[in-house]
Amino acid sequence: MSVVKVDDLALRFGDRTLFEGLGFELERGELLAVLGPNGTGKTSLVRILLGLLQPSAGSVVVDGCPPHESCHRIGYVPQQRIFDRDVVLRGRDLVRLGLDGHRWGFGRFHSEDRVRVDAALAEVGAEAYADAPIGRLSGGEQQRLRVAQALVADPVLILADEPLLSLDLAHQRGVVDLLDARRESAGTPVVFVTHDINPVLHTVDRVLYLAPEHWAIGSPDEVLTSATLSRLYGTDVDVLNVRGRIVVVGTPDDQHVHHVENGH
Amino acid sequence: MFTQLLAYHFVHNALWAGAVVAIVSGAIGVFVVARGMSFAVHAISELGFTGAAGALVLGLDPVIGILGGSLLVGLVLGLLSLRGRERDSAIGAVLAFGLGFGVLFISLYQGYATEALNLLFGSIVAVSDTQLRNLAIVGAVVLLGLAVLYRPLFFSSVDPEIAAARGVPIRALSVAIFLLLALTTAEAIQIVGVLLVLTLVITPAAAAQRLTGRPALALLLSVAIALVSTEGGILLSLEKSWPTSFFIATISFAFYAAARFYDWNRSRQRRLISSPPRRTWAVR
Repeated sequence: MSVVKVDDLALRFGDRTLFEGLGFELERGELLAVLGPNGTGKTSLVRILLGLLQPSAGSVVVDGCPPHESCHRIGYVPQQRIFDRDVVLRGRDLVRLGLDGHRWGFGRFHSEDRVRVDAALAEVGAEAYADAPIGRLSGGEQQRLRVAQALVADPVLILADEPLLSLDLAHQRGVVDLLDARRESAGTPVVFVTHDINPVLHTVDRVLYLAPEHWAIGSPDEVLTSATLSRLYGTDVDVLNVRGRIVVVGTPDDQHVHHVENGH
Repeated sequence: MFTQLLAYHFVHNALWAGAVVAIVSGAIGVFVVARGMSFAVHAISELGFTGAAGALVLGLDPVIGILGGSLLVGLVLGLLSLRGRERDSAIGAVLAFGLGFGVLFISLYQGYATEALNLLFGSIVAVSDTQLRNLAIVGAVVLLGLAVLYRPLFFSSVDPEIAAARGVPIRALSVAIFLLLALTTAEAIQIVGVLLVLTLVITPAAAAQRLTGRPALALLLSVAIALVSTEGGILLSLEKSWPTSFFIATISFAFYAAARFYDWNRSRQRRLISSPPRRTWAVR
């Protein structure tokens, strides 16, 4: 049964077309990586799935209803945005907001909710710093708490928009493993927007590649080839496999997908 | 002297009025500080002054003018729903424009200059029973509003991106918090005056923020600090006959300074305990 159905989707800003005719379905347990250079609509696609942006044409159905009706729970892990040092918020509070922050009133904190928050904190291994002010934690710790916040409401779909940006290698792997573990245990599909495929290469099922003019979707072996990318970009592009890492050379802007040096 | 004064009805009224304003200001302050709206508080209160001056010229109750002025600005700023630098400069422009009218109104006003001075620096000793009742009603409205909006307001204040993704109506909440803030400001102006609203709406919450990472506890601490500052200020001004606003501002600032010291000292000790031994090899 497919959780996400995207049909003939188009997005235009003025006379600039980001993508059109975009269609795919996402099954339970699938991990879809969305790749491509900046400005091709990766984040816009996430915002459409969240119901925050109306597409120019086409339809999106998530778990049986259109996203803007927000009748379902989507776990959203954003790009890392460091919290203010002084914000009055503990990791535990952040996770709880993911559970009931959208409801009115103070809300009584039932013991079952506390159990769920504790379980989410344990799932990401954040118990040790769950009660510290969040602004004083490291970027990696904050991002783990973000993952717990996204998982706590048992989402039908996880959207992660560049969640690894500015994390070191160990924390990158940590975040990917956490999302992957939830996918394994609960079958929750994941849409993972990234400019670098390598951190998720071992776990990705399909790749949606958004190039400036065209897009392609398929298994990594189908999409991440010199032939496919050359066709997408309309110029000669080489895809190399260097010791298990994928390196793309020769895209017009030549900076996006290839990340030979990792961790800086 | 205290005990004698405490027998007077006007002293009771002043203390009750101070309590109402302190509770409301301390509570909303937590959200205002979390959203970085200090400058907006100042703008709303200064335009409350313009409204009051306008009301005086027209021969109306200045409180009506304060409410009108601050609600209008609150609505405009809330609808604009700006962020960051753009908000900063927009508020500056609106503030200056409105104050220009305030200056004009005061020059047109033929009455006593003390009336205008009271607006700027507050006058708590002359709170009538009717005024006290009105303060309590408006205060109850603000507290009720905060209670109903508590979770989504808190969510959108500390984590707006995710709140939007979860369907929290960010823009409507922005308008709501600005309107509640305008009501609060209109209340606080009557106690501490236009220029010192920040001492009740910002300082207690800023101090509480330094003392705890727990949202609910920060709210309680902020209200407590505002209460102690206001009631302490009123009592001291009865004793010494210096301006009430001076004492309130000084006490709340003392709490703020103490909270900063507490926080600094706590993190210093934590660093001393947890600092790892120095490594002599390159890590990267």
